Amino acid sequence: MPTLAPPQKRRVFPVLGDRVFGAFGMAAALLSFGLFAWIVWDLARLGFPQLSWGYFTGEVEDSGRAGGIGPLLVSSLLILVCCLGLVIPLGVGCALWLSEFVKRRSVAARLVTGGVDLLASVPSIVFGLFGMVFFGQVLGMGFSILAGGLTLACMILPILVRTTLSALESLPADLRPAAAALGLTNTTAIAKILLPAALPGIVIGITLGIGRALSETAALIFTSGYSIRWPETLGDSGRSLSVHIYDLALNVAGGNTMAASSALVLLALILLVNSVAVALSEHWLRRRHQTP
Amino acid sequence: MTSSKNTSLSRSIDRVAQGILGLLALVSGALVVLIVCFLFKGAWPAIEAGRLESFFADPKWQPGSVRDPQFGVVSMLVGSTLVTLLAVALALPVGVAGAVFHRFYAPPALERWNRRILELLIGVPAVVFGFWGLSVVVPAIVRFVPESSGQSLLAGGIVLGLMILPIITLTSQAALQAVPPAQLQAAAGLGLGRARTIWSIALPAAKGGIGTGVLLSLARAVGETMAVVLVCGNIPQIPTSLFDPIRPVTSTIALEMGYATASHKALLFCAGLILVLFTAALVGWLSFRRPAIDSGTGGA
Amino acid sequence: MIAKTAAFATAALFATSCGKKESSQVVVLTGASTIAPIVVDVAKRYEASHPGVRIEVQTGGSSRGIADTIGGIADLGMVSRVLKDDEPTKLTAHRIAADGVCVVLHKDNPVSDLSKQQLIDIYTGKTTNWSAFGGPDAKIVVANKAEGRSTLEVFLGFLGLDNADVKADVVVGENLHVINSVVANPHTIGYVSIGTAASEAKSGTPIKLIATDGIAATTAAVADGTFPIGRPLNIVHDADTSPAAKAFLDYLMSKEVNDIIEKHFFVTVN
Repeated sequence: MPTLAPPQKRRVFPVLGDRVFGAFGMAAALLSFGLFAWIVWDLARLGFPQLSWGYFTGEVEDSGRAGGIGPLLVSSLLILVCCLGLVIPLGVGCALWLSEFVKRRSVAARLVTGGVDLLASVPSIVFGLFGMVFFGQVLGMGFSILAGGLTLACMILPILVRTTLSALESLPADLRPAAAALGLTNTTAIAKILLPAALPGIVIGITLGIGRALSETAALIFTSGYSIRWPETLGDSGRSLSVHIYDLALNVAGGNTMAASSALVLLALILLVNSVAVALSEHWLRRRHQTP
Repeated sequence: MTSSKNTSLSRSIDRVAQGILGLLALVSGALVVLIVCFLFKGAWPAIEAGRLESFFADPKWQPGSVRDPQFGVVSMLVGSTLVTLLAVALALPVGVAGAVFHRFYAPPALERWNRRILELLIGVPAVVFGFWGLSVVVPAIVRFVPESSGQSLLAGGIVLGLMILPIITLTSQAALQAVPPAQLQAAAGLGLGRARTIWSIALPAAKGGIGTGVLLSLARAVGETMAVVLVCGNIPQIPTSLFDPIRPVTSTIALEMGYATASHKALLFCAGLILVLFTAALVGWLSFRRPAIDSGTGGA
Repeated sequence: MIAKTAAFATAALFATSCGKKESSQVVVLTGASTIAPIVVDVAKRYEASHPGVRIEVQTGGSSRGIADTIGGIADLGMVSRVLKDDEPTKLTAHRIAADGVCVVLHKDNPVSDLSKQQLIDIYTGKTTNWSAFGGPDAKIVVANKAEGRSTLEVFLGFLGLDNADVKADVVVGENLHVINSVVANPHTIGYVSIGTAASEAKSGTPIKLIATDGIAATTAAVADGTFPIGRPLNIVHDADTSPAAKAFLDYLMSKEVNDIIEKHFFVTVN
């Protein structure tokens, strides 16, 4: 008897629920997009008029209220290179070990995971103080791009480990037995099968890390420093764009419009670097598929 | 013969690889120990002078006062905790709902663009968020609650929430993407609607990944410095409403470190150490409470 | 493989970083973020006329400048306050510029002059409403500076208060943070460096500088010594300063840098 009525009811209900769900999701997506657009609009309104070719190539004049940001762009990129040079092997290696060589419930794995998670909650200013003493004084790097990059590497390590780990863990479960059945050693399976398959996920981690590294201020003031010279070696001190923005916004009277200009350039730089990272990984994956 | 040689060779290669990766993992895990030791060394003069007790017993934080120096950090730990929880409470529903929308409702092109934008949002310097909060959020709070100074727990929560929103959205999106399509198809085959499938199949399956995102963003929020210092008001007190100012531990370090004399500096290191240990307890408790985070499919 | 490449890369990076310019003389200054922008501009001019000399400027606060100078990390320290009693006496301080500290209010606040006693009443929480001074019926939002900041010490020193007496609604750090707090909430009262406030007010930020005890807050009043709240911008060094550092210090204290100091809205003293 009740076989006819409920299905009709049920059909109405899921459609309505689906609409509500979709609307709620869209509202959330619009909200996050809208807030972001608001911030960027504020920056563009203040900062766009000062942008010109000379701004990208010129030296800092009058504490940043005039001139350009050429040396700072170079310093920022060098700091990023040092940072990624350390954090990619360290983070991916750590995640591989956790995912492929030990049981997740073993004491060693738990200690390493716990240590990395805890590292994520160390305040960035503490990283700065630590980097100044450890890299700057103990390892004798002083105020340098290298010290700044290595400090940032410590800071974004948890992001990379965590995202790589989830990428490796979300691979199809039959991939590993299949590789073993083919007679591949663990090392070959990792290098030829697991890493390429997990690459898109790892690249997400790297792009997140790049954004975090390029926008960091507190960890860099004490490590890579304040110098506005064109950097010649990695041992030179070099002010990053983010430190420059901080200085202009809080320390240089009348610097807020130029701070906005620098922030716009920083966003463009992050977009560029991230796109390059994604394009490189996609290009590499495509080439692999074409030539087996 | 050849094959056995090969096997022994590949076994030793495997062993070397395992050794190197193990070493990298060891370095990654030990880094935080190094940092805690560094903090401990900086904090030692204060601990040696017996300040530890006053850290938890003193009601106020006024280390520079000549007449009545006090070193209470409890209110700052409360401040850090509250502003972090508020930020996650605001960002989690928005982030997960946004991720659901982009995974199940939006066209793929939009999803791709959205990811680019969120990655960009992570790269906005904290000081930009802070200034946006000070020029937009704070005046709005003053307008609605005139008796508040505007710089408050709520302002800090909103700004921090916005900062961690991309982390939560991106990790949730990745987690939803990793849900096997077969599971979703099976649900659809059973006649479940899209909303039902998302609610009872996709979200539970993605719980672990979303948990990782929450953990990462909690950690990020606790450690955030340059944005909260601009919008929280920085009064070391236990707030009685959302519109009261608070002082997170990181603000104290950022505000005072550069100007602190020797004994004051040790106190700040001590505050930093207490924050890290406190967060360790929080993170440890959370991962204990949510075993889903650690139950990966990996393993030897 | 990855690890080996990484190890190699790190070693290579290190080698590059150690191959430093040995030929040039390097003078390192660390300290107050208020003074650093001035010294950076001066250094640029100095390096142009003194080839072979490199001036490295780093920030981190006055106390940092003192500690680094004693510890030998820096040749000269930048200190935006007078040396305290508990700080080592082997340091010598040289004044390169002066700065005043003034009270700022929102432009829409009708109050235009506050006496020392009125400031004491506001900062100790005795007076809590602007209507007491002929302003709007609104709660006074008291912005105080963070512990250890030299502007705080100078301002409270003038009022004769201990930081424990102050009932603040907001605690802030940098000068521009104070100014933006006043802009964000028009009922805020704060105090900042006169130079910073004057330049922000001139560029259209809706704030105003308040006269204290009837003396207008201007750099001229600081220069002739009539403005009651001031602080020195100092460079400190210890006994074994290098000749190159000494030469740069002499240049910093010469008339040739006065235009730079004025451009940063501070008061010249030499």
